[in-house]
Amino acid sequence: MIELTAKQAADAIRSGELDAAEYFEFYRQRAAKDPYNSYVWVADETPAEIDTSKPFAGVPIAIKDLFCTEGIPSQAGSKILEDYRPPYSATSVKKLTTEAGSTLLGKTNQDEFAMGSSTENSAYGPTLNPWDTTRVPGGSSGGSAAVVAGATAPWSIGTDTGGSIRQPAALTGIVGLKPTYGAISRYGMIAFASSLDQAGTFTRDVTDTAMLLSAMVGADPCDQTSLGLPEPVRLPTADSLKGIRLGVPEELSGEGIEEGVLKAFNETLELAKQLGATVETTHLPHAPHGLAAYYLIAPAECSSNLARYDGVRFGFRKQADTLLDMYNQTREAGFGAEVKRRIMLGTYALSSGYYDAYYGRAQKVRTLIAQDFKNAFGDFDFIVTPTAPGVAFELNSKTSDPLAMYLNDFCTVPMSLAGIPAISIPNGLSEGLPVGFQIAGPAFSENRILDAALALEKAIGFDGSKAYA
Amino acid sequence: MSTEYEPVIGLEIHVQLKTRTKMFCGCELSFGEEPNTRTCPVCLGLPGTLPVTNAQAVQYGIMMGLALGCEIAPRSIFHRKNYFYPDLSKGYQISQYDIPLCLGGQLGDVKIHRIHLEEDAAKLVHVGSSGRIHGSEASVVDYNRGGTPLAEIVTEPDIYSADQARDWLTLLRETLRQLGVSDVNMEEGSLRCDANVSIRPKGSKALGTKTELKNMNSFRFVAQGINAEIARQTALLESGEPVTQETLHFDPVSGRISSLRSKEEAHDYRYFPEPDLVPIVPTPEMMAAAEAAIPELPAEREARYESDFGLPKDTAHLFAYEPTWGTYFERVAVEGDRDAKAAGIWVTELRTRLGADADPHKSAVVPAQLAALAALAAAKKVTAAAARTVLDKMVETGDHPAEIAEAEGLTAMEDSGELSQIVAKVISENQDVVERIRGGNAKAMGALVGPIMRETKGRADGGEVNRLLREQLGV
Repeated sequence: MIELTAKQAADAIRSGELDAAEYFEFYRQRAAKDPYNSYVWVADETPAEIDTSKPFAGVPIAIKDLFCTEGIPSQAGSKILEDYRPPYSATSVKKLTTEAGSTLLGKTNQDEFAMGSSTENSAYGPTLNPWDTTRVPGGSSGGSAAVVAGATAPWSIGTDTGGSIRQPAALTGIVGLKPTYGAISRYGMIAFASSLDQAGTFTRDVTDTAMLLSAMVGADPCDQTSLGLPEPVRLPTADSLKGIRLGVPEELSGEGIEEGVLKAFNETLELAKQLGATVETTHLPHAPHGLAAYYLIAPAECSSNLARYDGVRFGFRKQADTLLDMYNQTREAGFGAEVKRRIMLGTYALSSGYYDAYYGRAQKVRTLIAQDFKNAFGDFDFIVTPTAPGVAFELNSKTSDPLAMYLNDFCTVPMSLAGIPAISIPNGLSEGLPVGFQIAGPAFSENRILDAALALEKAIGFDGSKAYA
Repeated sequence: MSTEYEPVIGLEIHVQLKTRTKMFCGCELSFGEEPNTRTCPVCLGLPGTLPVTNAQAVQYGIMMGLALGCEIAPRSIFHRKNYFYPDLSKGYQISQYDIPLCLGGQLGDVKIHRIHLEEDAAKLVHVGSSGRIHGSEASVVDYNRGGTPLAEIVTEPDIYSADQARDWLTLLRETLRQLGVSDVNMEEGSLRCDANVSIRPKGSKALGTKTELKNMNSFRFVAQGINAEIARQTALLESGEPVTQETLHFDPVSGRISSLRSKEEAHDYRYFPEPDLVPIVPTPEMMAAAEAAIPELPAEREARYESDFGLPKDTAHLFAYEPTWGTYFERVAVEGDRDAKAAGIWVTELRTRLGADADPHKSAVVPAQLAALAALAAAKKVTAAAARTVLDKMVETGDHPAEIAEAEGLTAMEDSGELSQIVAKVISENQDVVERIRGGNAKAMGALVGPIMRETKGRADGGEVNRLLREQLGV
């Protein structure tokens, strides 16, 4: 059973070859005994009846903690939401469960409010990398990556604000997709940075990505910024890259990238050429400023988004004699260090007198980066880069150096700022640890990205089973 | 020599819109329901929720803008206004900042600066004897009001007295009421007013330092508060002290003004564009729908009653501000061959009898019959006094005025022979009065008119009575 991809399992369940309850229970047992601290909540029973008429019937789904799930803890990795059980479910969760028929297997660990690149900033302890338990799985959706890599779930969903799907996917040797901003409803996703947050998928292979994505996309009347996709998501079929023009931005593929990562990257480019693609160097002149802009915009939005955690209506409260003391003590005790750091950064960036110099300027950089991509897509079908500058790093190695941690997002942040889709597929090992290859396309080009990713996936032949076998 | 000062006033008016649901969620608006029963995850600001702009509120905003002569922005956006307070569930209020829905405009004699849309805060209830925050045992929050749509109207500093402010607010309230966008009830808080007040030496062009008077809950208190603040600022300047920019509270009971916060204590709201919402971009269809939903408004109606119907200003004003009566008046005027002035007089008489709040369309007096009464009076078929008696009966019975006049014997006396006899009779019965008149006291004649009117039950025409008296007395 463990060998089956989610699609294979779904097909087998619907054709009657595989028993839905048996399959779910298999993963439930594995999840309950998960050795990587990937889960913060696991279903305590397998449903008595499973309606096998629905496409994902019996296929368990693991969901990042910050997606609201009715009556089930949704803590966003934070103490301030300890045992918070929302009265409603996120739109994307409803689409996967109520509509597509999958059953919630568990909620996965994450960096607090999705702020981090290692899943060490969780109030519920760090998640370990199934490839090497002395190392991090990346973040912020590290739990969702580890459950797929460690095969305690066939697939999972997460969110990506600056790389929080793609980077952990790369560090755990699986496929992670951040769709176009607006493709999937944000309603019910506990917000970090509203203009950047986007739900996406973690799967073992590209075909599963397409299948999972197809059930999540769609405009939602509860989210004005959601658009859906202009055409349905197709299962990819390509096995060549004939006529495909790949652009390699010099700014995101040289300095600061580990040697082993670069080696794997170049090998994949060679494979792409063999599959019929042309590969050329190009430029995204403003991309190196992406990180700086991101670390103003995202904290600014989070400083506002996290204001609601005040101890008044829900979640953790520290009782005090005055209102101000209650606010201060609740937030002092409820938030972790990284969250406080970003709230302070963002508050400062939005302050009167500083707005134009920080938030205003960062937005201008964001526009320029989006324009860089637009220009590049005039010449290329896709922009390709290494997903992360290095392989999975050791636990606690970067926790005291926020800037080193932030650099993990160097190659993924520009796409987030531009709102464009990007996928990370595993393309080999360096020092025995997985490396990721990022393919970014214009807005709404998900189907084309999936085709290209499938062709490369077949050619690369990455074997992720080492992590769970 | 003391300087003479001139006040300059600008108003900020918060109007609760009468939409079915809240500004950014599907909760129905609350009218005194049990606390926290009109709430949902969105207006409670629960994690993960997102706002969705209420299309009806946008339409009401556009209607207000068009009615007040504003320019409707082709694209306006929402901002977040960040501050912590328990009545604000998200820790920020969604409002409009530098790109509002409506810009410019004018109503009556006051220029409009802007109109923008936002959401109302929840209500804090202080538990304890006084009901005020000081000395209360606890404060609890009722989120029913949280998220109610608000339009904020900001005027230019274009008002120069408390009375002008009150008169203009009356016009604004009636305009909004007739637009149907709000209940405009100050006591219930659906209309709330802040005033920015400054004074300057008369003739000066520069504005003085302004203060802001917060949340006065009746037009009378607005006027009183402004006057008190003008007096306070004048006393300061006269004693050589500066006015400092601050936010003030006016207590109508004591008449005192106290400081809420100074400029230094003002919040830094950290405004930034609301990333959860898309801009408001009114389509031609939205504009046309808003335009079509606007009824005739008081200022236009008053002008039309004066010019088209020839009503005197005060009557035109009355019917413009009480459009139900205005509409009724128009029907009476049309029935009555457009003798609009007479129609105006008799509709006013009817309003006195039924009360201003009554709907005359639902009374026993149909417009055609009131027009008939006006015609009877104009033709002197009934005297003015008798016509009022007839109207009393019409209100009771709904009968035709001519029938009532006939049945009650109130028809004017056409046969001057009969009247002549009554006059002669009264003269002969009041010889003492006749003596006085003949002795040169012409005013004493009034003492004969009364008994004649009584004898004729008010059916006699006053002028004819006078004529006959003079004739028979030879004066």
